[in-house]
Amino acid sequence: MAKKQIHLAAHFPGVNNTTVWSDPESGSQTDFASFVAFAQNAERGLFDFLFLAEGLRLREHQGRIHDLDVVGRPDTFTVLNAIAAVTTHLGLGGTINTTFNEPWELAKQFASLDHLSGGRAAWNLVTSSDAFTGENFRRGGFLRPEQRYDRAQQMLDAARELWLSDGAPIDHHSDQFDMVGRFPIPPTPQGHPVLIQSGDSDAGREFGAKTADAIFSRHGSLESGQEFFADLKGRMGKYGRRPEEITILPATTFALGDTEAEAQENGHRIREAQVSPQTAIAFLEQVWGRDLSAHDPDGPLPDVDPDPGAEITRGRVRHEKDPVAVANRWRELAEAKGGLSIRELIIETTARQSFVGTPRQVAQQMDAYVQADASDGFILVPHLTPGGLDEFVEKVVPELQDLGSYRTEYTGPTLRDHLGLQKPS
Amino acid sequence: MRTAHLAVEVSGFGRHPEAWRVAGVPRQALLTPAHHIGTAQLAAQAGADFLALPDSFDPDSLLDAVAIAARVAPVVPGIGLVPMATTTHTEPFHLSKAIATLDLVSSGRAGWEAAVSRTPEEAAQFGRKPAAPAADLWREAAEAIEVVVALWDSWEDDAVIRDVPTGRYVDRDKLHYIDHVGEFFSVKGPSMTPRSPQAHPLVVVREEPESLAVAARWADVVRIAAPDLGAAHAARERIRAAVADAGRDPDDVAVLLDVEVLLDADETAARRAYDDLGEHPAQTLRVVGGPDEFVAVLGERAVDGVTAVPLALPGGLRVLADEVAPRLLAAGLRVPADPTATLRGRFGLSRPANRFSGV
Repeated sequence: MAKKQIHLAAHFPGVNNTTVWSDPESGSQTDFASFVAFAQNAERGLFDFLFLAEGLRLREHQGRIHDLDVVGRPDTFTVLNAIAAVTTHLGLGGTINTTFNEPWELAKQFASLDHLSGGRAAWNLVTSSDAFTGENFRRGGFLRPEQRYDRAQQMLDAARELWLSDGAPIDHHSDQFDMVGRFPIPPTPQGHPVLIQSGDSDAGREFGAKTADAIFSRHGSLESGQEFFADLKGRMGKYGRRPEEITILPATTFALGDTEAEAQENGHRIREAQVSPQTAIAFLEQVWGRDLSAHDPDGPLPDVDPDPGAEITRGRVRHEKDPVAVANRWRELAEAKGGLSIRELIIETTARQSFVGTPRQVAQQMDAYVQADASDGFILVPHLTPGGLDEFVEKVVPELQDLGSYRTEYTGPTLRDHLGLQKPS
Repeated sequence: MRTAHLAVEVSGFGRHPEAWRVAGVPRQALLTPAHHIGTAQLAAQAGADFLALPDSFDPDSLLDAVAIAARVAPVVPGIGLVPMATTTHTEPFHLSKAIATLDLVSSGRAGWEAAVSRTPEEAAQFGRKPAAPAADLWREAAEAIEVVVALWDSWEDDAVIRDVPTGRYVDRDKLHYIDHVGEFFSVKGPSMTPRSPQAHPLVVVREEPESLAVAARWADVVRIAAPDLGAAHAARERIRAAVADAGRDPDDVAVLLDVEVLLDADETAARRAYDDLGEHPAQTLRVVGGPDEFVAVLGERAVDGVTAVPLALPGGLRVLADEVAPRLLAAGLRVPADPTATLRGRFGLSRPANRFSGV
């Protein structure tokens, strides 16, 4: 029996401290030349798709625009259509929010991208209920948190009805949307764009199992990857779907070297660059909810406890619910590791490469992970724009091919072809 | 003496409702990038300043015009790209970053034709509000343009500093909240997308009674329809007066007359082609004939330029490129286009100063 094949996607590096803008090789994240270089390299690497994240409000820290990370990005649809012009097979995935868009317009934009790219579009559905982001939109942040997936589901149902209507009259009414008319765009080369989803809550997993073609997961370790894989694919049966109808892709980083020691060293160098002294303090302030600018990033953690009620950072997803517990855990960790400084602690807890080694070793680690059903592949999050993928494509991809786990050519023109998916009906 | 501007508008297989019959390819071809690249290349070869791409949410529209412009931009150099995007059912925040990004991917060749969605059918597709009178729609459009342009200024050009010693990627003092609160929108800002190569992509507005004030305040190019050159000239005077009343220099606003065309090197062939299409009432001045007839329209200098609107594709785009363009150059009506110029540059407009600079 043939080996399970690895799927690869690539995230264009953008707004986050993981993008190392201070590196002399770091280019612009908005110049079109950067997108061309990144996309063409991903296509040389026979990736399934590239994907762009989205932000609809600049992040703030302590009431001011966060200035330590890369800021600013181009419009998703526009840049993906332009990338379609300089690539031929690469899938084009865009994160588009279901809260601040209307289905008729969004369905038209995605249908246009799918037609104009010859069937390479993917939609990463995300939700936001956030009044902070809503301040940029005429309807404001009106959505209650518990309505997020309701609206997302209704948005998707509405969009799908439009995409597949093939000229038939639409008379669609739901809590969120009323649409009457005739959608003018015929079904696209893929029937409709590939659907990607990334929510990890129970509601998010159900939504994914029911509707998604691909899932971005945050489960990096083998065990939690296997747990997520089994859980999500196990939920599909009740929706009449087979496990292979979803491709699960955890976000993954990597550090390479000619020797293992060199790879470790590269990895450490990247982590240090990702967590500047100022970034270390900003991370700490997010947990502590206080201004800690007087603290030395190379000194110990603050003695004071976090302010649990503070909302110091806005526009960024918070993963930590109990800051005092986090602080205590961090203090214990810092002590256990022989007295880590603030910056060392932040590096230890936030910035870690999933795969470190020689190209052969990294290929073997990734292959083992996929063969053990911890995922179907990976979405690579390189630390450099636009060249962050170059070394991977040049050195790791041939090793994956050598292991028999990765394609040596594209077998079809559409993203559904790359993912082994049928056209929807 | 100023030279004349030339634009080309392409929608579907042409403006004539029977154009699909003579297209020689199925309607499906309009969904392919090859079709749009082909027409954009012809328009570029004709030396056109920009390609106008109409759009709407009407049942007879097809692909999104901003998407088409973005798909064409990297592979068709040397021509401006002006998609239409309506303001009635869309968010100005999204529009602002979409057009700014078109400017990025085209290296400064983007424009935006601001328009309104006026039909009950379009309103029903969104289900959020009923169709409104044109005056209300254009009042809303004016506010939408105001928001879009403010967002274009919300990043100063040198906001990205990459200062390693202080760890700062941007100078946050050069990013600005627009804090717009108006009749239709409240938008905080700043934009997600940094200031684009042209800073303000070219703003195009079609003149109609309700849009005149919007054009006077915001447009770099005003498109007009008129049955003859006399009426066109009168429209130009009317627009220039309105621009002056709005406190702007009329010489910064170009008035372009729509001219429906069906051109052939051989005049009789053009007329025969038109007879094959069948009679259809003209929406504006129409030239069915040879290249000289079209050149004569620009030669009259009744307006600042012309937007050629083919009745049916190719409908004379090839003639425009091969026959008309050289005649316009020879007559001194046009100068050879600088392939590196921005679209604003083609219209003699400088890159605007940032309203927030020094604030």
